Parts: sequence; structure tokens; C-alpha cells
Amino acid sequence: MSKSDIWKDAAAIEAAIDTMTERLRERLERRGIERPLMIGIHTGGVWVAERLHARLGLAEPLGHLDISFYRDDFSRVGMHPQVRPSYLPVGVDDRHLILVDDVLQSGRTIRAAHNVLFDYGRPASVTLAVLLERDGRELPIAADVAGFEAGFGADEQIKLSGPEPLLMLRARRGVNPIR
Amino acid sequence: MLNAPRLSIRHGRLIDPASGHDAVADIHLAEGRVLAIGAAPSGFQPDRTLDARGQVVCPGFVDLCARVREPGLEQKATIASEGRAAAASGVTTLCCPPDTRPVIDNPAVARLIHQISKRHGLTRVLPIGAMTVGLEGQSITEMAALKLAGCPALGQADRPIRDTQVQRRALEYAATFGLTLFLLPLDPELSAGGCAHEGVVSTRLGLPGIPEAAETVAVARDLALAEQTGARIHFRGLSTARGVEMLAEARARGVRASGDVALHQLFLSEHDLERFDANCHLVPPLRTPADRDALRAALAEGVLTAVCSDHQPHDPDAKLGPFPETAPGLSGLETVLPLALRLVEEGVFDLMGMIERLTVGPAAILERDLGRLAPGAAADLCVFDPEALWTPSPATWISQGHNTPFMGHELRGRVSWTLLGGRIVFER
Amino acid sequence: MTTPNPQLDAQGRLKHFLTIDGLSRELLIEILDQAEGFLGVAQQAVKKVPLCRGKVVANLFFETSTRTRTTFELAAKRLSADVLNLNISTSSTAKGETLLDTLRNLEAMHVDMFVVRHAESGTAHFMAAHAAPHVSIVNAGDGRHAHPTQAMLDMLTIRRHKPDFDQLSVAIVGDILHSRVARSQMLALRTLGVPDVRIIAPRTLLPTRVEEAFGVRAYHDLSEGVRDADVVIMLRIQRERMNSALLPSEHEYFQLFGLTEERLSTARPDAIVMHPGPINRGVEMDSQVADGRRSVILEQVTNGIAVRMAVMSMCLGNQHLGSQSQEEATHA
Repeated sequence: MSKSDIWKDAAAIEAAIDTMTERLRERLERRGIERPLMIGIHTGGVWVAERLHARLGLAEPLGHLDISFYRDDFSRVGMHPQVRPSYLPVGVDDRHLILVDDVLQSGRTIRAAHNVLFDYGRPASVTLAVLLERDGRELPIAADVAGFEAGFGADEQIKLSGPEPLLMLRARRGVNPIR
Repeated sequence: MLNAPRLSIRHGRLIDPASGHDAVADIHLAEGRVLAIGAAPSGFQPDRTLDARGQVVCPGFVDLCARVREPGLEQKATIASEGRAAAASGVTTLCCPPDTRPVIDNPAVARLIHQISKRHGLTRVLPIGAMTVGLEGQSITEMAALKLAGCPALGQADRPIRDTQVQRRALEYAATFGLTLFLLPLDPELSAGGCAHEGVVSTRLGLPGIPEAAETVAVARDLALAEQTGARIHFRGLSTARGVEMLAEARARGVRASGDVALHQLFLSEHDLERFDANCHLVPPLRTPADRDALRAALAEGVLTAVCSDHQPHDPDAKLGPFPETAPGLSGLETVLPLALRLVEEGVFDLMGMIERLTVGPAAILERDLGRLAPGAAADLCVFDPEALWTPSPATWISQGHNTPFMGHELRGRVSWTLLGGRIVFER
Repeated sequence: MTTPNPQLDAQGRLKHFLTIDGLSRELLIEILDQAEGFLGVAQQAVKKVPLCRGKVVANLFFETSTRTRTTFELAAKRLSADVLNLNISTSSTAKGETLLDTLRNLEAMHVDMFVVRHAESGTAHFMAAHAAPHVSIVNAGDGRHAHPTQAMLDMLTIRRHKPDFDQLSVAIVGDILHSRVARSQMLALRTLGVPDVRIIAPRTLLPTRVEEAFGVRAYHDLSEGVRDADVVIMLRIQRERMNSALLPSEHEYFQLFGLTEERLSTARPDAIVMHPGPINRGVEMDSQVADGRRSVILEQVTNGIAVRMAVMSMCLGNQHLGSQSQEEATHA
């Protein structure tokens, strides 16, 4: 059993998602985007996206993205054991996309997600929304909207647990994180 | 063998199935022959004395089927290389099948083999002459001449005669000269293309099968022809329960037929093919565990009177390929003694019985005065340590063919000395 | 004496894919799940993923087969691997180059995976036994022995229509004796928990003791054999088997074992019909069935690419893991 503690409880997370909803709404208005396409990254990103999608009342169905086939650590760790098919119900060509993930750390997941998206087509723009933007970036990637911003020790891992309730758990590296 | 030294082998457990002797006794040799058993004749001064305390002293083994690959297939083995392996295995006489290149279908090839083996002086090599020219199954050979050239029996190696009429004539002609026929009981059509026993394992692995009927059809045909012609036949390498049952029944009726089994058939089965081990690609194929048990029983009951190595050394390339494309056969000389001893351990027969199937049993099939230790008999002896443990490895393997599934498996029983005509041809 | 399964590494992960025999139900399900993931790639504008970029896959076909070779090639290309196609005719082996020479030469060119098809049973095992440690072998059919990717694409096709393997009756019709496809299907179906696997053929086309070897039931009457079946798999029958000691004629074979709508009427109403292709229309089945509503033959082709992507990426992904345990890398 992993030793982890709750970093943010459900209420704090729901409040953060409310804040994210507001910021996204402002951003969309400012840019004049009317029918954005929201896409969540498996698995935690989809949970967050489902809530944002509902609160923003978006017309287009929510897309799911699995980045397993685009990871840059394939030759080190092999195939990810649980791959879910990506699901993009609407073509992405010339569309404004909102990409949603749970935690932005190294930036490698978002790099991979970009590659997936561009293999589906050529979007007009991509906005990145994350529940937690933390330290540890390895690539020049930044969130446009973040629910939380925080720094941690390099050996600390933050994982989103869900889908109901959403909890953010903190664990020490080396201890098996919640899968 | 006039240059043979005078020797005494002392304190060994002397087992001679021909006379029923089984007790600790000394044996004294001179001029290539057994001089005395027990006390030395007065005035006998041995040149050398071997201390065989804790060891078994018995007649040298007679192997009814061991390929030496010479002439013609020297990339696989030679009379010298396999002679060394035979000497290290206690085998003092071996019969080599006629499928050399050229085939042993004329006296010149038979004499050549005699000469080469005599020159090396490691083991007696008795060539089995071909029944038909080129082993092609059409015209019979000069059988009388082959007999004169030293062939104790005739055979077709692993190329049985397809035409039943030719088979009948070959048996008849051989019977004229009292020659025994060594017959591989395998119907050529039923076994065509096969490389494994047709059963659960071949079905699962998709290996083309050799059905039990390939053996029983051939046994039935040849028993009927032996009965018809009065020829003496020997089934060289039976593999099925049903096959030995048919032989037992015919022998009981007085048909002049005998049979042997390769030692590995008594241990391995079709299940050893499950990882496509090319060293278990054999002809006849490894059959079921039930067949294996029946072969052991037939050996215990005396239906089968000899075991042999069915030694088939190969070059490495012959075994490097998809299973069906590899050459069949295993390198068996060096596992003769440990496998035979394991049969004793597993209660198939006692030590005397085991030695009998390796000495007087096969010698009787050859109708040669070999495999016994009475005074005056040729001093072909094997002295072995029945308890010595050893593990075959490529570094210590003597035969040029390393193709054995027993490589790396610990075995019990090892030859200490082998004497051929009173000379020490192997000592550890 | 149990020797370790030659297609798994020390941690039980797939290293080679040689046969279904000896693989666990969990591993087969993992392959199917991975394949489901890859099905989506065909929907992308760019129909490939960068997973196996920089890997080299050699298609080593000692038996010609355009169809299977093409799907392996496409699968490798969709994984962004580089592909070498080598159709090795019998003439080059006649020149004295052994299978092992061919393997060694290509290994020297840093090939990471060999997809091998050969006319002799056991070839893939032989290649795997002699391949360098960092090289994977995928069996694309060896003699009568195994064709495991074909079996897995059939399992994927079945699962997409009938998700519960524990409840199924599956009938396989045709030349079981010579069929590597049937052998792999029987093993896969039984491993996945299908309780009722039937094989239907005249006795000349059934191998000895097949019921015992695979845990299936043999039938010699088509209508009886497909009764209440959920899935009917037809096998391809080679024309050279006809007018021989095995079968008297195409006419009699079709009369007795050819699938028609009428004979299919005893199967379950929602039964699906499969065939590994290419079909001999009017011999194994008539066109009405082949093109009919129950036929999922074209889905099999689509699924074949996804299954091959799954197997190839699993083997290639495990190559460099060595003995270390699989640890989740930072990828947030």
C-alpha cells in the first residue's frame, strides 16, 4: 500500500474547476471563439474535462485522447499496459481546441498530445487547461489556464484520483503511486 | 594380437552372462585372450595389473547399430573418431549400417571398412552389407561375396525395400547363405514426409506424423515373408507396443525373427519434441510413454534380446534448421552404459540381465562368438564404475557428433578401462 | 521437465510471438486490448503513430503470401518502423544459404524484428532460439504449426461481436489437418475460455487425436456441427488436396462441407461467419454467405492490422527492458 496523503480535497478541486471555467470563458470571449472543441487526456484529464465541458455548456461532444502511442519513453518502458482508443468525435481541422490534463509537470504528455492532435488534422489554435501546474518542466510548455499552481520536492508525486470524488494525492517517489 | 600385454584385472565384480558368473574375481589375460578367471596360473607374471576394486568387469559391449560415417561422410564422423567414442563407452564390437558413400553393396567397401578399423584398432567394426544395390530396393547384391568379406548380416539401413516381391527375393537369397537380415520396420509410404510419432504431440505441433501403422504394417509384411521364405530376420529398432507384441507372437510360433531397441527409445517419448528439439528428431520416432513402457517390458521378458545405441553422429549444420528439415538421429555411443544402468536402477532387469542385452544377446543375433569371458575367448572387456556421476559436455564429448538430448544432464555410470583383444584401448 | 516458454522473457513479458501455446489468458486479453487501441489509428488523418520510430522490421517470407505480408508491412509502417520485405525464394536456399545465414546477415544490418513465414513447422521456434538477444521473432505462419496473429485477429473480431468468450460455441470447418490457422484458433479459443469449440471435417482432414490435443469436439456433419453455434469459421482449402487420397472432388466437398445459407440455418440467428481469406467461392462457401449479413470477413482484415501493431509494439517495447522491472516513468 502506498503512503500518500490528500493534498487537495474534493471541495477545493471543485472550486478550482469553477475558477478554471471562469477563466476559460473569459479567454474564449476575448478571442472571439464560439464553438471550441474540448479534448481531455486520459485518464485524469478526461475527468477534469468532463466537468469543464458541462460547466461551459459546450455544444460539441467531448473528445478523449490517449497518448500511449506517442510517448517518448517507449524504448525504455515498453507498451503502456492500459491503452484506451482516442476518441475525437469531430474533425479538428481549423477548429479551436481546449486541451485538458490533470497535472502539468515535465511537459512530455502535452508534447505527445500535440503530436496526436496534428496526426488528426491541423487545428486553428490549442489552449491548454490543467488542474495543477507544478514545477519540473523539461520542455518549453506552459498552461494557459491552471486551477492550482504549486512547487513540490523533486521526489514528490501528485496524482489525481477519481472519477468520483476527485482528490489530489501526494506521494513520495519510490512508493508506488496510485494507479 | 600378439603384441597384447599380459594383464591381470583384480578385485572387480566379474559378470559374464554367458556362464552366469557374478562374483568378485580376478581375470588374467594373455596373447589377446582370456587366460584364466580366479587364481592366476602358476608362473603367470602380468606386465600390468589393473585394480578394479568397486568396479564391474564384463565382456565388451556389442552394438548392433552404430554409424561411423566412413567412407564418404567424414564431415560427420570417421572410423577413428567414433572408434575412440566406442572405446570410451565400453563398446568393443559395433555393426555399421550400409548407408555409407559408397554404399556397402560390394566386398571392396566392406574390406575397406575392415582395414581402416583394424589400422586404428579401437573397436571391431562389422559392416552390415546392403541387401540391394545402392540400397535402391531393386536388384539384390552379391550376398555370398559380402558374407565372405566379413558382413555378419545384411540390411537396408533406413531405406526399406518398397517392392514386396524384391523383399521376398532378397530374403530368400540371403537364406541360401544363412545370412541374417537387419530390417528397419517402417513402411516407406506410411512414413513418407513424417518426422514425429503421429499422436497428440505431432497434432499439436503440426508436425507431419509417422503413424504406429507404419511400423506394424512393415512388421506384419516381414514376418509373413520370413515365415514364407524361412529367412532369419532381425527387426532393427522397434518403437511400438503393437510391433513388439506381433514379434512376440511370431517368435512363439517359431518364426526366426528377433528384435532390438535403441536405448534412448526406453527413456524419451513424443513429449520431448514439445520445444522442437532437433536432437529428438529420430527414426523411428519417439513414441508414446505407453509404447516406451511396452518396449521395456519386452526387453525384460526376452522378446527383445538386445539393446543398441543406434548411434548417428551428425555435423552441427545437419541439426540447425526447422525441425522437419533436420537430419534424424542422435549420437548415442557414450550414453549406452549410463542409460542401460538406469534401466537396472528402474527395475527393468538386474545388472546381469542388462549386460546380457549388451553382450551375448546381440552376439547371438550376429551368430558370432563374442561377448563372453570364458578362458580362450577374445579378451574384449569393459571395466566400469557403476556409481560414477558425470555430465556430458561439449568439451568432454568424444564422438564427433554432439547431437544428443542428454548433453548437460547428469548421468551415472562410467567406463574406466576398455580392452580389445587384450590391449587397453581406453583408460580414464 | 518444463523448459521456460521461449517467447517470454524472465518477467513473463512477450519477447517473441511464436505460438498461442503456453500463453496465459491475461496475455491474450492484453493483446486484444492493445489492438483495440490501435484500431483508432486508422481513423486519423495521418494513419500512423510514432511508437516504433527508428525500429527496423524485416518481413522474411519463405512462402509467398501477398496478403499476410501486406498487413504486416502496413502494421509496421503505422507504427513508424522501417520495413524490409524479403521474399526468399527456394532458389536462394538452394544456393546453400541456410536460414541461419540469412538471419545473421540481417542481424548485422541491425534489424530489430523478423516476421517469418516458412513452409516447415517449428521454423519460428528455431529462429527465436538462434536470434541475437535484442531481436524479436514474430511467426507469420510456420508449416502446419501456428499462425498466432491470424488467430488473435479472429479473436478480436469475435470479441467485438460476442464479448463474452465464456458463453460461446465456435465451429471451425475445413482442412484442420494442414491448417496452422486452425491450430492457433483452437488454442486461442480454449485459452480465452470458450467452452464449446467444434471442428467439422471428413476424417482425412482431421489430425490424429485432435480432440484430446486441443480440447475440442469433432463433427463430420456440417448442419449438426454448426447447430446453435455463435461463430462459424471457415478454413481455406488448398486446391491441390482435391482429387487426391484426401478428398475426391470439389463437388463432393462443397456438397458436404460447403457453407450455404440453408446449412447455416441451424446456427444461432445472430451467428457470425469468418474466413481467413482468400475464399474459394463455391468450394468452402457460396457467395451468398461470403457477402451476406453474417459475414465479418472484411472486418477481419481491418482487425488484422491492429492486432499485428499490438503484437509488434509489445515485443519491440519489451526488447530493451532487460531484467529490470517495469517502472512507470515520469510522464506528467
